[in-house]
Amino acid sequence: MTTLTDPPKESFRLSMLINDTRYRSLTFQAIAAIALALAIFYLGNNLIQNLRAAGLNISYDFLGDPAGYDINQRLIEYDSQSSHARAALVGVLNTLLVAFLACVTATIFGVIAGVLRLSNNWIVSKLMAIYVEIFRNIPVLIWIIIIFTIMTAVMPGPREFRGDNATSSMVFDLFAFTNRGVYVPMPFFENGLFGNAVLNWVVVLAVAIGSWFATRAVNARATETQAQTGVRPNTLWINLAIWLVPFIALMFIMGLAWEVPELKGFNFKGGIKVGGPLIALWFALSIYTGAFIAENVRAGIQAVSKGQTEAASALGLRPNKVMNLVVLPQALRVIIPPLISQYLNITKNSSLAIAVGYADITATLGGITLNQTGRAIECVLLLMLFYLTASLLISMAMNVYNASVKLKER
Amino acid sequence: MKKSVFFGALTVAGLAAGAAAAGTLDDVKARGKLNCGVTTGLVGFAAPDANGEWMGFDVGVCRAVAAAVLGDPKAVEFVPTTGKTRFTALASGEIDMLARNTTWTFSRDVDLKFTFVGVNYYDGQGFMVPKELGVSSAKELDGATVCIQTGTTTELNLADFFRSNNISYEPVPIETNAEAQQQYLAGACDVYTTDASGLAATRATFEDPSAHVLLPEIISKEPLGPLVRHGDDNWGDVVRWSLNALITAEELGVTSANIGEMAAGTNNPEVNRLLGTEGNLGEMLGLDAGWAKAAIMAGGNYGELFEGNIGESTPIGLARGLNAQWTNGGLIYSPPFR
Repeated sequence: MTTLTDPPKESFRLSMLINDTRYRSLTFQAIAAIALALAIFYLGNNLIQNLRAAGLNISYDFLGDPAGYDINQRLIEYDSQSSHARAALVGVLNTLLVAFLACVTATIFGVIAGVLRLSNNWIVSKLMAIYVEIFRNIPVLIWIIIIFTIMTAVMPGPREFRGDNATSSMVFDLFAFTNRGVYVPMPFFENGLFGNAVLNWVVVLAVAIGSWFATRAVNARATETQAQTGVRPNTLWINLAIWLVPFIALMFIMGLAWEVPELKGFNFKGGIKVGGPLIALWFALSIYTGAFIAENVRAGIQAVSKGQTEAASALGLRPNKVMNLVVLPQALRVIIPPLISQYLNITKNSSLAIAVGYADITATLGGITLNQTGRAIECVLLLMLFYLTASLLISMAMNVYNASVKLKER
Repeated sequence: MKKSVFFGALTVAGLAAGAAAAGTLDDVKARGKLNCGVTTGLVGFAAPDANGEWMGFDVGVCRAVAAAVLGDPKAVEFVPTTGKTRFTALASGEIDMLARNTTWTFSRDVDLKFTFVGVNYYDGQGFMVPKELGVSSAKELDGATVCIQTGTTTELNLADFFRSNNISYEPVPIETNAEAQQQYLAGACDVYTTDASGLAATRATFEDPSAHVLLPEIISKEPLGPLVRHGDDNWGDVVRWSLNALITAEELGVTSANIGEMAAGTNNPEVNRLLGTEGNLGEMLGLDAGWAKAAIMAGGNYGELFEGNIGESTPIGLARGLNAQWTNGGLIYSPPFR
């Protein structure tokens, strides 16, 4: 009679690292990790040795020194005596500004073009196809330069607005379109509640947010009433009043006035100047990325089963309601993930600003500061850190949004 | 197997690092070609002509060095650099020397670790405006839009000038001279500022140069000269004394026309030392005895280079001014050849 005994406990042998499938993958990963670490160490060591041989070092002290140069577009206080760090901050804000503006307009262009490309109207759909194919297949740098060159060449210079027989004039005496940018009237408060202009605008913002919450409450009440009685009360007038009455009252109290741009000396003075480089960069990034987003939108719409459209139409919904209520909500789950990468592309492509003299982070920190201080490695590391952080933050925010709208499966 | 490849790569990298330290002069001789950094195009100083041949005052320095080292003024690879890329190109070894109207400043010399070998043009920053603006002084430029080549000393001088005069301006940063010219002519900026010589060179290419005026203010000192990397003194000497040979040649009356007979021997010992018929100056530099003769023959002496490229008989029309020989009241002065 045989007895069942436990098999002898296998002891660990070194050869098992290679021969045993349980350990083999770990072995190779460890080897790869060590090789990578060695390579990074070798490159870093090489850099440090070469720097030392050239008598250079890595130091971020220059960030505190006066920058010495001026920047044409700044969202915060800055002059040539400010530090390099502040110049970098001005650049960061300019990058974020153009990236934000371009993301908004690119989405608008993209959604419109993507929906229209599927239109039953032959001319409309072919026009959109031409737009998408042309803009998608030519590098964005070329578009930026084309638009900027056309703007500077076609638009009149400020000196053409001058004199009795000026060849150009302001639109409605309010807007000036020049080759240096567009000047628009700027609102300001003659007797604001606070001395500080920013605080006054915070008040306006607070009132707007208050109105938004109020209308939300009104609409929730209306939905509740509808659920109980089956009749939805008309909330249009109430909502309009909630938005307009406090706003108009506030404007009246604070004394809203407009500062109209005026030709003084060499340039237009007063009002808000939207610089030519910003417009060129913004517009070029928008139409270029808009073409990609249009393809994402088209793909998303086509991914929704045709039966959904037919069923919605069978219920008697009109085509625009079918699109807004049935197709687009389902298409979003396909559209949003690639949309995230398009937003990242816009942010990264905004570094092409240097081509038109827009003072983004690449132009200030990675351009003038780098060149004036000669601190190439430090500046490029900071640039990488900024773009990495910005991209990860955008990605995170969009992923949170994606999670909130994606199809809930139970 | 993998191991040996890795260590092989290490060895190659080590050898390459060793070779880089061996000396630029040997590198250039071994390569048979001088890599010389120049501007992306500034007529008179460095720009390709209709045949694609690089011509100009700075180009002349490159050709003189190539002739001195390799005996052939054509053995030059011209590398166009912008204000922003020039120092990286030099520091990384992409070019052997930079002859690109670059201002000799403390921080470039000391902090960026370059060696300026001399000055081939004494310049200063000026302003150009269209005549129709009716501006006669830079102090009237309050509120003007100014085109400025980014990453240059002029950018910093400009900020200082407007700040100290308590007037404001709006900078339009641009990369190259060609771009600046286009923006300025389109009226996207009221003023173009750079070194006065550059303004004169740029204005000469305009359709109607007389419609533009250079304002009288010169707001900075801009000594422009060739430079090399720090730490290779032997190569620095070669470039320095090639430039000095051109300057001395003018002082001593050695021209490309009479150099043939002068090289046969004269009764001026300095000429003889310069042209290699006496002494062994060439050998000390690690070059042939005829190095300076070759450098001068490449494009003529300093004065000939000046007159041929940027002088009053050319469209650029610059007077010698500060750039006259010290014997004529200028600043151009070479240490003696002895």
